[in-house]
Amino acid sequence: MAELMYWEAIQRAHDEEMARDPMVICMGEDIGVAGGTYKATSGLYKKYGAERVIDTPISEGGYTGLGIGASYVGVRPIIEIMSVNFAWLATDQIVNTAAKVRYMSGGQLTAPVVFRSPGGTAHQLGAQHSARMEKVFMGIAGLRVVTPSNPLQAYGLLKSAVRCNDPVFINEHELMYNMKGDVPDDECFFPLEGSEVTRSGNDVSIFAYNISVHWALAAAKILSEKYDIEVEVIDLYSLSPLDREGIKQSVSKTHRALIVEEAEPAVGVGAEVMAILNEECFYELDAPPVRVSAVNVPIPFNHQLEKASIPSAKDVVDAVLSMLNK
Amino acid sequence: MEIADKKRLLQEMLFARRYEERCYEAYVERKIGGFLHLYPGQEACAHGVLEAARPGFDYVITGYRDHIHAIKCGASVKSVMAELFAKETGCSKGRGGSMHIFDVAKRFMGGYALVGGPFPLAAGIAKGVKMQGGQEICICFLGDAANNQGTFHESLNMAKVWGLPVLYVCENNLYGIGTRIDRSTAVVEQHKRVSGYNIPSNMVDGQDIEVVYEAAQTAVEHVRAGKGPYFLELMTYRYRGHSMSDSNAYREKEEEKKWSERDPIIILRDRLLASGDLTMDAYKAMDDEIIEQIEVDIIQYAEESPEPSVDELEHYVLADNDPYVWPKKKMARVKGREYGNG
Repeated sequence: MAELMYWEAIQRAHDEEMARDPMVICMGEDIGVAGGTYKATSGLYKKYGAERVIDTPISEGGYTGLGIGASYVGVRPIIEIMSVNFAWLATDQIVNTAAKVRYMSGGQLTAPVVFRSPGGTAHQLGAQHSARMEKVFMGIAGLRVVTPSNPLQAYGLLKSAVRCNDPVFINEHELMYNMKGDVPDDECFFPLEGSEVTRSGNDVSIFAYNISVHWALAAAKILSEKYDIEVEVIDLYSLSPLDREGIKQSVSKTHRALIVEEAEPAVGVGAEVMAILNEECFYELDAPPVRVSAVNVPIPFNHQLEKASIPSAKDVVDAVLSMLNK
Repeated sequence: MEIADKKRLLQEMLFARRYEERCYEAYVERKIGGFLHLYPGQEACAHGVLEAARPGFDYVITGYRDHIHAIKCGASVKSVMAELFAKETGCSKGRGGSMHIFDVAKRFMGGYALVGGPFPLAAGIAKGVKMQGGQEICICFLGDAANNQGTFHESLNMAKVWGLPVLYVCENNLYGIGTRIDRSTAVVEQHKRVSGYNIPSNMVDGQDIEVVYEAAQTAVEHVRAGKGPYFLELMTYRYRGHSMSDSNAYREKEEEKKWSERDPIIILRDRLLASGDLTMDAYKAMDDEIIEQIEVDIIQYAEESPEPSVDELEHYVLADNDPYVWPKKKMARVKGREYGNG
């Protein structure tokens, strides 16, 4: 078992898959000679060369489409989109081609492409470099969306995504690349569906994903130590499909649900989890479910405003206390 | 070009014309729904270019005016018609429709309905071929108006930088939907636009199939020799509106008349008549035979084919039982779960 940083785990998954299969390539802006903005592809250019570790022009729609086309003929591209904000420029190809081609060709063609991209609010990057897009992609039939919250997931989800025959969007986070965690020395694969019970508890189910798992865990610690409240933290590492069964199981035990998400509330993960709660376990609920979401504003530049626009562990603590009338 | 080849191409183009005209009727009869973009007027483009390539071996990709390209690649004329009729026997199992004809076994990689969308897909197919050392090339057919999309410029740039074996064919029919090219496009001559990417190009008459064929031979040879991308502009005209929902009110009758006098089928037919290699009677017999074949073999097949079952509505969304969704071997530990470890 080695302790790896999130970026190192991603780099290792690339390296193992590229060593195994000469048809695995990676492409994106500055990923080759420069080693990647977040180092996730460092060392690969020297090892595998320019034909397989491709520095692209700054043409998100273009190189995303190119990767999809290559996947039609046996290539397994891992496409890094430097910031998820730039993925808006690639959405036509991701949504209209990758996600739909299997269906509209009657199953003849598939686009087994991995799209990797960090989203989220980091440190004063402003409105056009701080957004999240998972809510956009998770509503698209034909596309899988996963979002690792730790190095093991980052490693194992990428390994599985490369080999899966569906297009997979991996939502990473700019603030998590240096986060450390244990990854087994032996090769392993993380399932592309399901959820993970990161902390077990009986009082409230907290559904979180990606960085918000860490806010939830920090809140859980405070709630346990200060208030003797034991929450369960469910890591929704698969956003599409969402783990209906896992959500139902946890709430059937705790009878209370809270969702914490970094994105704005409308039409998001929280909204979708609430819909599932309604459909699957309405009568199990002892209290109305609650969302802790970002404020509905473009992310501001000013640090104080930026901080106020996204949730924190304290917001989660307050929401749980309020839910329990404490 | 041999006389026998010319006669075959005449037959193929005439078949394409009658096929599309019959689609028009079927649409009016409401046998075909949705959007329908027809090819009459442009037949020499697909037939001339693909005659110079290796259909079924080379990869072909295009936009939504795609029936004839698919057929020239070897797609079954019955399964294409059945697709237009939205039947389970259609080449895309009734899930695609007119704009999404696919026959991957014949390396026809699809019709796509976002204008300009196939540009990067074609470059990607070419990248895949190059990586595997294949002799195939990828041919991307699109209209002039697609060149105003960003993907045109992004793809030409990447194809040139990486020396990809892709032939971009621009069927310049002078209109982007209902807007004439000079009203929407700063540089009307499309081949001039690619000089900005140092890509060799040519522009020829798209109505004379022998001219198209000759220009395409040069283009195909260039790309297959590993010299990188090539751009071929074919000047052509579509007789019908952009799609069936188009009133076609934006074109001058004079202009339509002028182009109808340059019909690709008539040009080739008259040449064969003049040289004594064809008689008018033989031509009429060929035409009658085609019309009969379309009616008896093709339309009847499409009409009689079953529709897809609603029970299979959710097929083809994702891979069936993909082994990496729940890995049977070497699955990482997922906390709080007791999933099987194979």
